Amino acid sequence: MIVGIPKELLPDELRVAATPTTVKRLLKQGFDVCIETNAGERSGFSDKSFQEAGARMVSSAKELYQLTDIVLKVQAPTSGEVDLIKGGTITLSYLWPAQNPELLKKLADRKINAIAMDAIPRISRAQKMDVLSSMANIAGYRAVIEAANHYGKFLNGQITAAGKVEPAKVLVIGAGVAGLAAIGAARSLGAIVRAFDTRKEVAEQISSMGAQFLTVEIEEDGATASGYSKVMSQAFIDAEMELFRKQAQEVDIIITTAQIPGREAPKLLFDYHVAAMKPGSVIVDLAASSGGNCTLTKPNEIYTTSNGVTVVGKVSQLPAQASQLYGNNLCHLLDDMGQAKNFKIDWNDDVVKRAMVTHNGVVNWPPEPLPVSSAKPKTDTATEMLAQKNLKEQKAKKKARSSAIGLVVVALLLLGLGQVAPSDFMGHFTVFVLAVFVGWQVIWNVTHALHTPLMSVTNAISGIIIIGGLLQMQVELSSPMTILAFVAVLVASINIVGGFLVTHRMLKMFRK
Amino acid sequence: MISTGIQTAAYLLASILFILSLGGLSSQQSAKRGVIYGIVGMAIAILSTLLGKEVEGHIYIIVALAVASVIGITVARKVEMTSMPQLVAILHSFVGLAAVLVGFGSYLDPQTHELMGSERNIHLVEVYIGVFIGAVTFTGSIIAWGKLEGKIMSKALIYKGRHAVNILIMLVTIVLGVRFGMADGTNGLIDLSIMTVLAAFLGVMLVMAIGGADMPVVVSMLNSYSGWAAAAAGFMLSNDLLIVTGALVGSSGAILSIIMCEAMNRSFFSVIFGGFGNTSSSSSAKIEGEVTSISHLEMAELIQESQSVVIVPGYGMAVAKAQYPINELVEYLKGKGKTVHFGIHPVAGRLPGHMNVLLAEANVPYDIVLEMDEINPDLPETDVVMVIGANDIVNPAAIEDTGSPIYGMPVIEVWKAKKVIVMKRSMAAGYAGIENPLFYKDNADMLYGDAKESVVSILHHLNNK
Repeated sequence: MIVGIPKELLPDELRVAATPTTVKRLLKQGFDVCIETNAGERSGFSDKSFQEAGARMVSSAKELYQLTDIVLKVQAPTSGEVDLIKGGTITLSYLWPAQNPELLKKLADRKINAIAMDAIPRISRAQKMDVLSSMANIAGYRAVIEAANHYGKFLNGQITAAGKVEPAKVLVIGAGVAGLAAIGAARSLGAIVRAFDTRKEVAEQISSMGAQFLTVEIEEDGATASGYSKVMSQAFIDAEMELFRKQAQEVDIIITTAQIPGREAPKLLFDYHVAAMKPGSVIVDLAASSGGNCTLTKPNEIYTTSNGVTVVGKVSQLPAQASQLYGNNLCHLLDDMGQAKNFKIDWNDDVVKRAMVTHNGVVNWPPEPLPVSSAKPKTDTATEMLAQKNLKEQKAKKKARSSAIGLVVVALLLLGLGQVAPSDFMGHFTVFVLAVFVGWQVIWNVTHALHTPLMSVTNAISGIIIIGGLLQMQVELSSPMTILAFVAVLVASINIVGGFLVTHRMLKMFRK
Repeated sequence: MISTGIQTAAYLLASILFILSLGGLSSQQSAKRGVIYGIVGMAIAILSTLLGKEVEGHIYIIVALAVASVIGITVARKVEMTSMPQLVAILHSFVGLAAVLVGFGSYLDPQTHELMGSERNIHLVEVYIGVFIGAVTFTGSIIAWGKLEGKIMSKALIYKGRHAVNILIMLVTIVLGVRFGMADGTNGLIDLSIMTVLAAFLGVMLVMAIGGADMPVVVSMLNSYSGWAAAAAGFMLSNDLLIVTGALVGSSGAILSIIMCEAMNRSFFSVIFGGFGNTSSSSSAKIEGEVTSISHLEMAELIQESQSVVIVPGYGMAVAKAQYPINELVEYLKGKGKTVHFGIHPVAGRLPGHMNVLLAEANVPYDIVLEMDEINPDLPETDVVMVIGANDIVNPAAIEDTGSPIYGMPVIEVWKAKKVIVMKRSMAAGYAGIENPLFYKDNADMLYGDAKESVVSILHHLNNK
């Protein structure tokens, strides 16, 4: 089977659907690879490098489409391109099927089996083919770089000999893949990062990336079964707008990443938000291509508003890197479809069933919904627990050794004493040694935080010496024994009462 | 009147309750139950003794109990948590005093002199040892109290030949002991009294020789002594309850002393005999760098910008009673979504666990209060560490400078954090009397002033932002 990669027609599209590395992978999977000349020019891959990787260069798109069984593209084929593609060909590209019903119809009419890479379901198995995630990751990172470029100050706080530099405050709106990547990039540059998302479940992910999760005081969860956010109620939006207005006054950089699939991007920043920002601040709107999250965004343009806020509506795609990741995603999908040898369109495969939007002349859109859970398993806990267990075992061993030594010493002492002492004394001594031993075992378990209460409670308990005084008390007041006993009882009881009371007072204060 | 059998059973029950009481302190949740066990055990022990047939003079006992209860309740109610070490020390001295008195009482008891042969000798040895330990505990605790209260200088008192003097006292004690054992009737009273005075002097000298920084060891050591004194009294009176309880308390204090010594990387004996607290700086490493200071406003801005804050308190926090504003600060920071932890060094303060009690008093939740071993791995990820009134326990010389007197002592490694702010009254050295290279580190700034006023001022700046 022959896989063909044409040159992208859209002038703004810098990526290409294959790189020399992915060409090698495709060859390994058993495909033959044809590439239109100059296809990799804009992303920095020369024809020579493709040839060296093993691809066959084809001089025109028309020729390419005639040769190939599978077409790999980035952007959706234009109407002109569709006319060139022969029937029965499988195409892999972005399609945005919800926005492009006419294109789907045309593809179906031409009996082209089109796979929309943007319609790959967000299930665990398909993560390796999820182009939205891989591209969003790049966009999020690049958004921070763009912002830093236009911001014109340090992002990290520094205390230098020449004076103190405040760290930049960055607000990331929408904590999807792009948002999280932006948080990570901004944090690593040293900025203070806050992030907002309507989905409560991402709060943990946000804080794990080191940003502060901002939220509004309204209980409403924006999460949906598909893993994307839904549209929120008016009350929620009002509260959200107020939050953004306050943040806008404070932060230096806002990065918006909110997109709802198949719809225009939600408007989150209005003129008054931008007006509230400090001069020199930067807004990077990653949703610019689908209408923008900010009302002032001009797609594919970077300009500065009258109050000195730079609005970035265009973010470089890092074409070489993006092509590489996109190409990998495509390779993974072809791999899953059986490589060249067993290649087939498996209608039982959840990924193919949903992403293949036209098949044998039939439009397969919208697909039946497929709920996914986004709960991520915690991977680290198992190893952590193991390490803790090992540590505990070591401690236990150490403890066992020391108590064994103690036992031997006690045994020797006892034997020596038994030689000389009367049996009555030995009885008491047995009790004494056993009590020391019990005390030793018990006290090691006392937690460090409770050492002061331990001292005061043992203090109270050592007031047990009162018994000595009680037993010695005589009837005659004048007897020296009575006086001694009286004082002993007195001080010992101060100990008991004071000790217990103060311990109780202390313990009452400990709270979780 | 109850029979001896029932009394013994009651004593056994009381012993079990005391063990359960100490066992209860293994966690904060069970600790309150532990105190109840202790109180019940004590009540059972006293009641069963009073109901026994040996006890006479109930009226005096009731008077003594009533007076003591009033004093005990008043003291326990009034004492401030910051002066807990003093209270504990003075209570130890009471046990010591009681042991001395019970020892004398036992010697004067006519029943003692009905004993014959080895039984008499053993009994006299018991009395002698009991009084000795009691007297050392009594005066030692009073000196410890004086040092903690600030009535006696906290510096270690060391004079030449002090070991010789101590050994001489011990020898004289033994000689007196032999004379005491040989004396007929109550003729040995004079020997016993001289020994008591010598033991009292020894107690004074032992604690005088110990510097302020070692106070946690001293207090737990005296705690141990008071237990042994009670156990010795138990031997004199052939009372198993006293023996068991004394042994429990004695081993508890001993363990605490060991824990404290481990935390300072010193052997128990070097603390008792060393007079460590006065060692002057003999550091081999030259301290490089410059001490930089920071204002309250800058400090407020700094913590505003940080995500994770660790607070390391020391005795300075206790002195300034800064725990309340610190708790306010913690609440404020937590409200801003920052992570806040406390790092507690085992010997911070003047009593084992002193810091925990003070923080608990100020309502700091105990699950954010971590031990040294728990906090150290987190420090490299921490944005700001606030060292409040602590010095030696955060001294990097303990790890970096082999010539330092505290080399090898485990410390809280605050300098590994991104930023350290040391809140201190002045540049003066800590109790260990040694320089702290921490102050000279690039990532460390000083914030001079009283700990409480500083924290209040920071809070003020934060709230006005």
